[in-house]
Parts: sequence; structure tokens; C-alpha cells
Amino acid sequence: MSTQIAAITNVKTGAISEAVYEHPFIVRLCHWVNAVALLILVFSGLQIFRAFPSFGAKIPQKDLLHWPKAYALGGWLGGGLQWHLTFMWIYIGTGLLYLTYEIFSRNYKQVLFMPRDIRGVWPMVHHYFFFGPKPYIREAYNPLQKLAYTSAILLGILSVLTGLAIWKPVQFSWLAWLMGGFHWARLWHFAMMWAILAFLFGHLVMVVLHGWNNFVSMLTGWKKDPEYL
Amino acid sequence: MNFRTDSRQFKRINRRELLKLSPVLALGAFAIPKLQKPLLKTGLAFSDWASARLFRSGHLAPTFDDSELTPFARFPINDYDVDDPGVDLNNWTLTVSGAVRKPGDYTLAQIQTLPKFSQNTRHVCIEGWDVIGRFGGARLADFLNMIGADPAARFITVQCADDYYESLDMATARHPQSLLCYEMYDQPLTREHGAPLRLNIPTKIGYKQAKYLTDLKMSHVLEKAGYWEDQGYSEFYGL
Repeated sequence: MSTQIAAITNVKTGAISEAVYEHPFIVRLCHWVNAVALLILVFSGLQIFRAFPSFGAKIPQKDLLHWPKAYALGGWLGGGLQWHLTFMWIYIGTGLLYLTYEIFSRNYKQVLFMPRDIRGVWPMVHHYFFFGPKPYIREAYNPLQKLAYTSAILLGILSVLTGLAIWKPVQFSWLAWLMGGFHWARLWHFAMMWAILAFLFGHLVMVVLHGWNNFVSMLTGWKKDPEYL
Repeated sequence: MNFRTDSRQFKRINRRELLKLSPVLALGAFAIPKLQKPLLKTGLAFSDWASARLFRSGHLAPTFDDSELTPFARFPINDYDVDDPGVDLNNWTLTVSGAVRKPGDYTLAQIQTLPKFSQNTRHVCIEGWDVIGRFGGARLADFLNMIGADPAARFITVQCADDYYESLDMATARHPQSLLCYEMYDQPLTREHGAPLRLNIPTKIGYKQAKYLTDLKMSHVLEKAGYWEDQGYSEFYGL
């Protein structure tokens, strides 16, 4: 798939600018539906966690953290589960649609972190965190971005697998076994949530830093004046 | 692929692409109070449908060594009402009704004539904790044969001495690990754990494994799914 590039003539000034079609419709659709599903799963998941906020024994019970009820969705355990068991299908559905689309459209080349991207990671880290020079950008996503997005996709897959292991520890007993048993699978599921939230935090910081045109590209697909053209 | 356009036309292209995302707004239906309840109910029902499809009659729940058992004193006692509903153990019977050839009152001694099975299985609570316990009793499948259950019946509903009530689908009821349990840790059930008879269903979540059973009914339609199901929990909740 070749990327679409538009040369835009300003009707008032006659100046010419460029724009790139970075995000195909399916990607944008999955991004936003999945984002809503993710937030609902986080806050309903925390409601479920509140029913037993521990990863130890029931007797004696030592709570790990008290998550306030005001920041949990569903009102009570049963309500939280209803939200969770509803939106997990939307989360899985958009995830599968996205992965299928990426593979068959070959759009995955834009986002998949490959071995050749490894050497480009440090210069980006150096630039972002240690005020190093800005590396020359040649693609829509720089190597650090690819690493972040590929990791996020993997975390998403792992969040589903750990979730399946605690929802169905008997039917998917092999999955629970892989994770060290039901008990550990529950801890992994919780850990995946925090890992995804850590990604989300970094993602949002970057969205703010990279400005309006970058944000709009996930809504319309088109990025105006991309730095790599 | 390159093309030329002008800023006015490009705006139109952008607007069209943005509008294509409008289906995302359909998720807003979940924020409308009137629609929220039925939508979540549908989601839960879909999960239950998928759960029933995922259930495999021949697939056994993992079993554990004696060394992995949670000590009996640390096996939680959970109930929705009272720990001990005061069952008269001497005159207790299980009243069987519905789609069966031999309805009536069954004594514990009658149930104990069926082959006894013991198993170390995981008990998972919907709250999130889990313990490994030792359970002994008669296979529910054997008891269904004893009472002459109608093979076409689709549900079992049980009543309990504490007014709790529960239900089971037939595939789960006939699973080899589904027990009419009268022993825990090789001792007769204590009152808090449901004496004299409870369900032990390792393929189900904890709240489906009712204690202090008094009545068992076979039916073709599900009249009452269960106490917690009526509060909003899943009807099937298979593990």
C-alpha cells in the first residue's frame, strides 16, 4: 500500500503545503472504540478488584490498596462485572479487527518494531529525555514510537489472555497454568492494566507535545505538514 | 500516490473522514440511563452464551495434591444471610420434585448409598479469592439417575435452608466432578459449610455451589436462576 500524499494549494495565499494520509479508517475506528472500551475496562476492573483488593490469602486477608469507590465503575461488584463482561467483547472485537486489518493491508509495516529499528531507539530516548539532537525522521513513526506501539499491542493481547485465564480457569486451564495458575493469572491481569496505563500516560504526554496536527490525524487520517516529507 | 488539491477541498475531505468516525458515538448509548441497563444485560447474556459454548463435558477441572490444600480453618465461610440456618440434621431430607420419575423425600443415607467420590479442587469466589479444598460426595449425575430425571429436563434448581436458591444447567450437572457434597476434608460437612448437603461444582463459580440444600427440582424452563443472579450476577458463570 502506497501512502497518499496531498499537495494543497491555499485558496487565499496560493502557498502550497503537504499532508499525508497516515491513519486508514479502520485504524482510526478501532483506536477510538478501543480507547473507550479500555477506559471502561480499567474502571470496572478496579470495581471488581475492590471486592478483594489483595493477591494473598482470603484468611487472613491483607489488602494491597484501597481503591476509592468514587473512581470505580458499576456501583458494586455485580455492576462492575456487567460492564467488564460487556466491554471485553468490544475490546477483543476491535483488537481483532485492527490486527486483521494491519496484516492484510500491510499497514503493520508502519507500526511494527523490527530488529532494524533497534539502533534508532537510543537516539530518540536521548532526544526526548536528555535534550539530545533530534534524529532525522524518515517515517510516520520513529523507532521509539514503533517500540511503544508494538509493546502496547502486545500488552493488549496479554491483557486479554490473562483475563481469559481468570474468567475461565477450567476451560482454559492450560492458559492459567502458563501464567502460574489462577492466582497468579489474576495478578498478571492486574499488572497488565498498570502497564497499559503507563503506556497511556506516555502516549498522552506525547500527544500534547506533538501538537494539534498530530492529534487531528487520528480523527481525519490526514496529517498536515508532516516533518518527514 | 500523490494528488493535488486546494485548501477548501482538503477541508471537505477532512470533514468527510471525520464523519466516517461517527459510529463511535453509538457507544454513548451506554451513558443513557434508560438504555444502560438493557445494554449491560445483553452484554452479560452474550457472555453467558459464550460461556455455555466454551463448556466441555469431558474437560476436567484441575485437581491438586493434598499438600496444596488450603487448611480447613482457612477455607472461608461465605453466605448471604446466616452461617447456620439451624437445619434439623436428624429429620433432614432432600425433597425432589419436577420432571423426575421418582419424586419425594430422599434421606442422606439414601444419597450415601451412591458411589462416593473425593476430589481436591479449586473453589473460586466471584470476589477474586480462591482456595483449594477437599470435597467428598455422590456424583450429581448418579443422583439424577436415582431419581429418574427426565433426560429432556434442562435445569436443576435448588432451595436452601437459608432461603438461598440456585440453578444449574444439565451439562454442568452431569459433569463427572459435579458432586452432591456431604464431606469436606474427609469429615461430614460442618453447619457453616452447608450441613448436611451442599453442591460442589468445580466448573462453576462459588456462588453457584449452594449450601444447606433442602429441595431439588428438575425443570424444562429456568424459573429462578438464583439469588445472586437476581441481583445482577451472571446466570451461567462457568469457570
